Amino acid sequence: MTEIDWTKPRLRAEGIRKVYDDRQVLGGINLEVYSGQIVALLGSSGSGKSTLLRCLNLTESIDDGRIWLEQDEISKPGLNQDEIRGQIGMVFQQYNLFAHLTILENIALALVHVKKMKRTDAEAVAMHWLERIGLADKARQYPDKLSGGQQQRTAIARAVALNPKLLLLDEVTSALDPELVGEVLELIRDLKATGTTIVMATHEMEFAKAAADWVVFLDGGVIAEEAEAGEFFANPKAKRTQEFLARMK
Amino acid sequence: MTIPHQLSPAQAERNLWQRQRHQRSVWVALASTLGLAVLGWWGLVSSPGWQRVAESFFSWDVAVQAWPRVFEGLLLNLQVLVVTAIAVVIFALLLATVRTLRNPVFFPLRLLARIYVDLFRGIPLIIVLYLVGFGLPGLRLEWLGRMPAEVLGEIALTLTYSAYVAEVFRAGIESIHPSQRLAARSLGLSYGQTLRLVVLPQAVRRVIPPLMNDFVALQKDVGLISVLGAIDAVRGAQIEVARFANFTPYVLAGLMFVLLAVPTLRLTDYIAARLAKREVSATTL
Repeated sequence: MTEIDWTKPRLRAEGIRKVYDDRQVLGGINLEVYSGQIVALLGSSGSGKSTLLRCLNLTESIDDGRIWLEQDEISKPGLNQDEIRGQIGMVFQQYNLFAHLTILENIALALVHVKKMKRTDAEAVAMHWLERIGLADKARQYPDKLSGGQQQRTAIARAVALNPKLLLLDEVTSALDPELVGEVLELIRDLKATGTTIVMATHEMEFAKAAADWVVFLDGGVIAEEAEAGEFFANPKAKRTQEFLARMK
Repeated sequence: MTIPHQLSPAQAERNLWQRQRHQRSVWVALASTLGLAVLGWWGLVSSPGWQRVAESFFSWDVAVQAWPRVFEGLLLNLQVLVVTAIAVVIFALLLATVRTLRNPVFFPLRLLARIYVDLFRGIPLIIVLYLVGFGLPGLRLEWLGRMPAEVLGEIALTLTYSAYVAEVFRAGIESIHPSQRLAARSLGLSYGQTLRLVVLPQAVRRVIPPLMNDFVALQKDVGLISVLGAIDAVRGAQIEVARFANFTPYVLAGLMFVLLAVPTLRLTDYIAARLAKREVSATTL
């Protein structure tokens, strides 16, 4: 297992605030993610987990605060946001595979059009990833012919094939049948072992306990508590955290 | 592949009963269709004016003599159809794309596209044909030269049909779930790339049946270029009608348009059925 590099953060967010109309969704979030670290975002529905992830990869504009990816501030105006998004992978609850493309083409698309690889090279990389997730024999299949677990593994491969500096996972197991959750979690564990830096919103408490290094508990758009994973689950301090963990048992 | 199985007497009896029932309904359908046809034919032939109508609308001799000119005209219709269809797809895609742009910078363009679509869906095609066919040459623009009537017809048809087809494309674009755009943008694809590589391919596929419908309508409406003096099938038939003082060439031209439409209609059914089948299995989004 690769070690976490504590010298400088891979991602740093400071005072992230997001308001929809009159409703404050995020009320000043500070976050540091180090290279090789897995940070789990916990919290009930509507606590702002998904919104925070979308703010971090710039698909949602922020209303205050600053974000750095390594040493570069990515929240400055006038930057090429497409290029920045290409360096941050994101995977969604509903997989969001492109329905008109085979799973091989799904993975190769951004390699060709964002990373500007030749099509044959891109398909070789895509094939390599399909082999790694055990779906090489389904390369020419369309997403709707695959199980939820297979689709989600493809979606994760699509994101990591771009070799992102950071991978954001938004409740990637929430839409899956219980017996399919395991294969997706297995893949995430595998990615952690090879040093992928991950921020994941999740409802899988056991998985967060086992795989996460750091846990951030969001409540009403603010961080109610954050701690090293073992400490967080063994010894929750805030009253809201204790209530939440008691309900999730 | 059949699995070997010895039918039980109960199932054999059910099968026999079903077969007999099926045969009976085939006979009933056949008999009633024949009866209706005979009744209709008798009603037509026994009407007092039938002899004269048969002579002036269904004369075999006139049809044989008129058909070369009508057929030659149909070839012009076909040519206009192909040119117009291609122009419509390009122009309509452009209009639809402009109408779905969200950036406020594009507000004037969006407004323009909307006014265009409203205007040309409202105005009768025949009036557009007159405006373009007689108005455009009336401007006496040097670079325009002397444009043939069929080209003016193509312009008028494209102007009108693009407005309809643009709305079909727009519906397709808007039917693509926003999560597809979100996934594409998250991979670093730009707005334009997302539209071109992810949204449009799915949108176009989804609207093929209504597009084919518009294509069938266009197949008939190419006959309207005759009002501008182009010698197409309709105009050719008109000339022959005048020559023989007999309406058969019109019926002939009508039949030719029907024959032209049938393959497209069957293709539409086939594609719609295939898409419906695929839609049932695709429940991911």
